[in-house]
Amino acid sequence: MESVFGLVGKDFAIVVADSSAVHSILLHKTNEDKIMLLDSHKLMGASGETGDRAQFTEYIQKNVALYQFRNGIPLTTAAAANFTRGELATALRKNPYMVNIILAGYDKETGPSLYFIDYIASLHKLDKAAFGYGSYFALSMMDRHYQRDMTVEEAVNLVDKVIMEIRSRLVVAPPNFVIKIVDKDGAREYAWRESIKDAPVIAS
Amino acid sequence: MSIFEYNGCALVAMVGKNCFAIASDRRLGVQLQTIATDFQKIYKIHEKLFIGLSGLATDAQTLYQRLVFRHKLYELREERDMKPETFASLVSALLYEKRFGPYFCQPVIAGLGDEDKPFICTMDSIGAKELAKDFVVAGTASESLYGACESMFKPDMEPEELFETISQALLSSVDRDCLSGWGGHVYVVTPTEVTERILKGRMD
Repeated sequence: MESVFGLVGKDFAIVVADSSAVHSILLHKTNEDKIMLLDSHKLMGASGETGDRAQFTEYIQKNVALYQFRNGIPLTTAAAANFTRGELATALRKNPYMVNIILAGYDKETGPSLYFIDYIASLHKLDKAAFGYGSYFALSMMDRHYQRDMTVEEAVNLVDKVIMEIRSRLVVAPPNFVIKIVDKDGAREYAWRESIKDAPVIAS
Repeated sequence: MSIFEYNGCALVAMVGKNCFAIASDRRLGVQLQTIATDFQKIYKIHEKLFIGLSGLATDAQTLYQRLVFRHKLYELREERDMKPETFASLVSALLYEKRFGPYFCQPVIAGLGDEDKPFICTMDSIGAKELAKDFVVAGTASESLYGACESMFKPDMEPEELFETISQALLSSVDRDCLSGWGGHVYVVTPTEVTERILKGRMD
């Protein structure tokens, strides 16, 4: 089961996701990127049904871009989170998306923020959040070690502690993780934590 | 587990002397896991009307958004705020609209009506109104709340005493319910002011 977690630090937010693509007992690849860049200052880490995850996050990404084209200014993180919740809520009683989302962003006026969005469209703004079987370990480790206004080093330290816990205590632990960060300079990939190296995919 | 017990909630409203109090717990959970300890369940519709929504968090959020929309339209057309009795009928109608695919919510409505007479009511998830003169309860801790309120309630309490009573009833009831708790949120509303207080109870 996929693990995604995230936390807010001083002027930045971090989202971490495992990078295994699993179909029943088969591990297809271990470098799947589950954290999408919605725009220059937003990250959307998603876990759940593979097809729904890929399609839904791309749908949100394109709609966020469309808003910027139409209105000339980007959406705030709160607005993007509420839009995402609205789409999930509308689809819930017709054709639900089985995707759990952690949306992190940086706004100039309000700083970093993180939103927890359940697959049944429950929305809540939080400082730390996690989904999946890894969440049992992630939330406990973060409850113990998290403080407000952590630096990037302290936050990545905590992230590594969480990954260590997931790797050592989850029976089907994912081998690799991707860490992405968003701050005033934008959203970007921060690091990978790999214990299995996949062969790189050659672009055709 | 029932869908009404997925997120966990405790809600209570009480009538005092020319005032009312409405209180909720603060937990947001996903079955056994606690996600947040600062989740808002009581919403202000206008200065003298509050609604608490228990049950499934996503439906509570959707229903709240629809109700705010309807009330804003009403305010634009009528150039006044909605009376609590009218609002209760609106909520009941919205819920019954979805009779064969309901919102999994139990609302608790509390307001000051004509001549600032306190009004409270609750309803089930398909809009069956239950008016009361003394107190109404909803949520996973409702049975405990019935007992606590029945024994602690006295008619015509002043705002300060009403606050004490509702707080004690809420905290003692959520302590017997694993799905609600993590503090309390109490609003005491008189014709002249609204007092919002956070309670610290057993944080488990």
